[in-house]
Amino acid sequence: MLGVIYMYSEKVMDHFMNPRNVGEIENADGVGQVGNAKCGDIMKMYLKIENDVIVDAKFKTFGCGAAVATSSIATELIKGKTVEEALKVTNKAVVEALDGLPPAKLHCSVLAEEAVAAAIADYRRRHGYDNENDHQCPGCCRRCETEPAE
Amino acid sequence: MDKNIIYVDHAATTYVKPEVFEKMKPYFTELFGNPSSIYALGRESRKAVENARSEIAFCLGAHPTEIYFTASGTEADNWAIKGAAYANIKKGRHLITSAIEHHAVLHCFGFLEKEGFEVTYLPVDEKGFVNPDDLKKAIKPDTTLVSIMFANNEIGTIQPIKELAAIAREKGVLFHTDAVQAMGNIDVKVNDLGVDLLSMSAHKFYGPKGVGALYIRKGVRINNFMHGGAQERNKRAGTENVAGVIGMAAALKFAYENLEEYNRHLRKLSDRLIDSVMERIPYVRLNGDREKRLPGNVNLSFQFIEGESLLLMLDMKGIQASSGSACTSGSLDPSHVLLAIGLSHETAHGSLRITFGERNTEEEVDYIVENLVEIVGKLRQMSPLYEDFVRKSGK
Repeated sequence: MLGVIYMYSEKVMDHFMNPRNVGEIENADGVGQVGNAKCGDIMKMYLKIENDVIVDAKFKTFGCGAAVATSSIATELIKGKTVEEALKVTNKAVVEALDGLPPAKLHCSVLAEEAVAAAIADYRRRHGYDNENDHQCPGCCRRCETEPAE
Repeated sequence: MDKNIIYVDHAATTYVKPEVFEKMKPYFTELFGNPSSIYALGRESRKAVENARSEIAFCLGAHPTEIYFTASGTEADNWAIKGAAYANIKKGRHLITSAIEHHAVLHCFGFLEKEGFEVTYLPVDEKGFVNPDDLKKAIKPDTTLVSIMFANNEIGTIQPIKELAAIAREKGVLFHTDAVQAMGNIDVKVNDLGVDLLSMSAHKFYGPKGVGALYIRKGVRINNFMHGGAQERNKRAGTENVAGVIGMAAALKFAYENLEEYNRHLRKLSDRLIDSVMERIPYVRLNGDREKRLPGNVNLSFQFIEGESLLLMLDMKGIQASSGSACTSGSLDPSHVLLAIGLSHETAHGSLRITFGERNTEEEVDYIVENLVEIVGKLRQMSPLYEDFVRKSGK
């Protein structure tokens, strides 16, 4: 088996070994799941939203160390933010908050951003917003590895 | 090794046995002569190299002139496959191999396809076995080479090499086997098996890294892979890795002399691991055949979780193993071997490979099982797939 040579930062290891906000929210206001088993990363995000503010966020992830760490930190980054502010949390912010990710793992941060977006899209759909033009994440396309990160 | 480390990745590499290392040492600093040199120091090295060659030949039941030294098992594979394909190009351009070969074989065939050869990749069944009938049907008048690995590095499946080689021989086709994982574990005898070409690598059987060998049956002609000086009877150029070759011979000799006991030791550990895990952890499957498998190899798929996170958590507890998940393969696809035996991507991603060695103990097996129970439980609690499964089964 070929090994990928990479080093995870201390922050990534911390969020992997002690992930924050693992779990489900009963009667969540928004639930989003992205990724697929084929590429080996699936993230599910639950949100509790009151007065347009994310008061609680929980996640479940099937994936590697980076996948767990990025979903964990994503929940921390969006808690307490308004829905609008949460949508502005980019994969770049996720990577920075983790003190960096190996290039081969950048796609995990993109997936975390997509998971948040999917949960918020679900919340909005329930409140009558038109989401037809929203990007639906089909799973890991690794585009972020060939295109410059925004 | 650090007492807090439990190394269970012997299929990846092994430590050099202290006795083997002792035999190698003089050839680095004192008996450092080039075996091709005419003076005494050179002749010393020449003697040592030829001695090593005889020892290896004896283990295999081959003649010393049939053993050629290479820098690795990968090089032996490259030489055998490309050398045989090009040497017989006038006879034909059809080659046959299996879907579960190591990349050192698979990528050679991929390269040859780009060069205009036609390659048939024989499928395997759910245990990883090649069906001899499939081979029979695949051979055509323009087939010049069959290459099937002896024992698989991921799932440990041992192929019916004698039967497969006989089929090739009957049709006048050369038969190569990548025996890199088999050497040191199985009593390999080339004339009993009837193979024409066989690859091995020292660092898989407690020898040093950077040295391997290719067995070429007398009368079989393949093109050179390495051109240059006249070493290895003009077939493989490059100054011999004297210390490495001596190390390889010493390690192989030790392996053959202790084969049964080693097998028994490894089998005890794998059986203990497999039985304990099956008893204590639900939704697990063993990949490969329970019986016709390398004695120290255990490959398990844990449903609903992913391999790299499993390995990371095991590493935190000092357990060093490997996995077939995509994250550890560097591509989007998980192990081609696990996919070839019919596992879904999801199941393949959740696989763990443990390969025991000489120094592992039953206490270590128990420690591994305890930690697996805890880690798999923790990862399943985090998994959306497990959550879905639990909800659907109404627990």
